[in-house]
Amino acid sequence: MAKVELFVNGRAVKGEAEDRALLVHFLRENLGLTGTHVGCDTSQCGACVVHVDGRAVKSCTMLLAQASGSSVTTIEGLSQNGELHPLQVAFRENHALQCGFCTPGMIMSSADMIRRHPEGLDEATVRLELEGNICRCTGYHNIVKAVLDASDKLRKAPSEAA
Amino acid sequence: MYETKYHRATSVEAGARLMSEAEDGKFLAGGMTLIPTMKQRLASPSDVIDLRRIEAMKGIVISGRTVRIGAATTHYDVSIDEELAKICPAIVSLAAHIGDPQVRNMGTIGGSIANNDPAADYPSSMLALDAMIITNERSIPASDFFVGLFETALEPGEIITAVEFIAPDRAAYKKFPNPASLYAMAGVFVARSGDVIRVAVTGAGENGVFRLIDAEAALASNFSSAALDSLIVNPDGLLSDMHASADYRANLVKVMARRAIAEIANRPM
Repeated sequence: MAKVELFVNGRAVKGEAEDRALLVHFLRENLGLTGTHVGCDTSQCGACVVHVDGRAVKSCTMLLAQASGSSVTTIEGLSQNGELHPLQVAFRENHALQCGFCTPGMIMSSADMIRRHPEGLDEATVRLELEGNICRCTGYHNIVKAVLDASDKLRKAPSEAA
Repeated sequence: MYETKYHRATSVEAGARLMSEAEDGKFLAGGMTLIPTMKQRLASPSDVIDLRRIEAMKGIVISGRTVRIGAATTHYDVSIDEELAKICPAIVSLAAHIGDPQVRNMGTIGGSIANNDPAADYPSSMLALDAMIITNERSIPASDFFVGLFETALEPGEIITAVEFIAPDRAAYKKFPNPASLYAMAGVFVARSGDVIRVAVTGAGENGVFRLIDAEAALASNFSSAALDSLIVNPDGLLSDMHASADYRANLVKVMARRAIAEIANRPM
């Protein structure tokens, strides 16, 4: 059994699980953070994307034990003081979700994308950077719009870019 | 996934020791191939030895034109290295186009070349740049390192700690990615240093990465994409699968080689 200690959404968490346990299963089943989804389970779809030490990773493709000692942020940790993150607001305002299954992963990937592109984004870049996230409703058009919208707003008000 | 034991190595020496104690161990770097393979039960190591946290294996050191990239350096970290971009933009661009952003955040150069997937991007750069693969036991020239499909010169328990190469005068990498997986269906890395031109091909060879000697000879006398007009890439020995026939790949190799040379010609350095 692997004994792990990590920070999840700013909270220190200890746990124990089989060495083969995946990070996503620990988040969902041990911590009840079911916003992180298991879509394809084959590293393709990106519904399980979380941030590990500030970087977007597919939590179905990382052992829990690998993440021990790391700081993990899930979709549940994105809002601050009861206020939705600007990306969450933009997804709502742009109708960027249909069934909503891919949305947590889309938002976590997009947050990482915006962080990596402080110079701003264009549509082609957003589409390229969302390569690792699949929306089976095929609602990409509004997802791209929402990411561009949030990117613009965060650039105008960088203090909110937490 | 079958049961396994996880070990975290904090030094190269500890990693080697943990492997020697394991019954049927595997080194784990970014895990972008190993973990999906274990999940499919196509690999079932008794132990996985995580090398990703070994600080001595991370980072890029440039002195003069000598570049040393630690084996545990992620594709993302290679893709954003400004100093490396100044002297070898081709490898920075290559790293920026591996897989998707999540793969680039986890995957490492050492893991990529140790796995030697015939469609992986990095092996072509190592071969074209005449790189040295540094392990905990020795240095292996790239030309001796890549042995065959998923096969390298590494001995059991040997750990790649870094790769080292001299930045070429000019280089470029162009690939035709599979639209679904983004793995190269053909990728060509061209490097020129003085009169020495090396052209390496990934994604297309039945035995993995290889040098395109005919193209190197043609480019030696005339370094322009026109020099490849009469080049015929032999489809014998090229991969043929549901994605592309050997004939199609032979054509892709030529087209990617021409694009790489065009990029070199159009770039200030």
